[in-house]
Amino acid sequence: MNSNVNMTNEEYSSYVDTKAKNSPIVKNIIWAFLVGGLICTIGQLITNLFMYLGCSKDDSTMICTISLIFIGAFLTAINVYAKIGQHAGAGSIVPITGFSNSIVAPAIEFKTEGYVLGIGANMFKIAGPVLVYGTTASVIIGFIYWLITMFI
Amino acid sequence: MDMCMELLKVFLTGGIICSIGQILIDKTKLTPARILVIFVTMGVILTFLGIYAPIVEFGKAGATVPISGFGYALGKGVMEAVDEMGFLGIFVGGIKSCAAGIAAAIIFGFLASLFAKPTSK
Repeated sequence: MNSNVNMTNEEYSSYVDTKAKNSPIVKNIIWAFLVGGLICTIGQLITNLFMYLGCSKDDSTMICTISLIFIGAFLTAINVYAKIGQHAGAGSIVPITGFSNSIVAPAIEFKTEGYVLGIGANMFKIAGPVLVYGTTASVIIGFIYWLITMFI
Repeated sequence: MDMCMELLKVFLTGGIICSIGQILIDKTKLTPARILVIFVTMGVILTFLGIYAPIVEFGKAGATVPISGFGYALGKGVMEAVDEMGFLGIFVGGIKSCAAGIAAAIIFGFLASLFAKPTSK
């Protein structure tokens, strides 16, 4: 699109929109890809380390999950995770470290409202829905799977 | 060399899954909480349909570390529990397979809230 002095207001605003929106979307996706990929790679390295040390594959995966949740919690507590998130977007939200962040950040933020209704109640503000729908989905497919195993 | 190839697959798989999340955020204005809910639910459904297991086979941590992998653990856990326990497995399997992650998130969240100070806004 050419920038010309005779553009109407509408033309100009759509021109601004194309300039303002497209490049950040591509940039956001690249950031999300790099940061998300990196967090997963760190997870694989942790898993490989514990398998090398003699843990079973399932145990190593579990240790990897716990470690990443710890890292996410720690980076949230020292206020670094929010800074990563400003660039990384979904790259820091979608990995399990983001799930950890979604629990730890409100726990810290609502500390001033007390231990029960502050920390206790707000911890699951975002993680709560994840567990509600995740568990619901698992019970539904569990039921369907049970029906299949019963009758087939 | 095998290890490098493995890590590259992990990086690509994890990167692509997170990119899908970013596209959803930018294009549909879904909030991060909704993205997480969609990803975990899709993880469960894709696991049931037998689509997620091959992705985990290929991308390993690249598929299990994203929150959709949480859904994979829920789905895989519930089906294994139904195989073992029958009907009761429907209620036990999902959360059991995610217990370590949930407990870790709760305890680290609680500890962090004891030691960290809220940031003033």
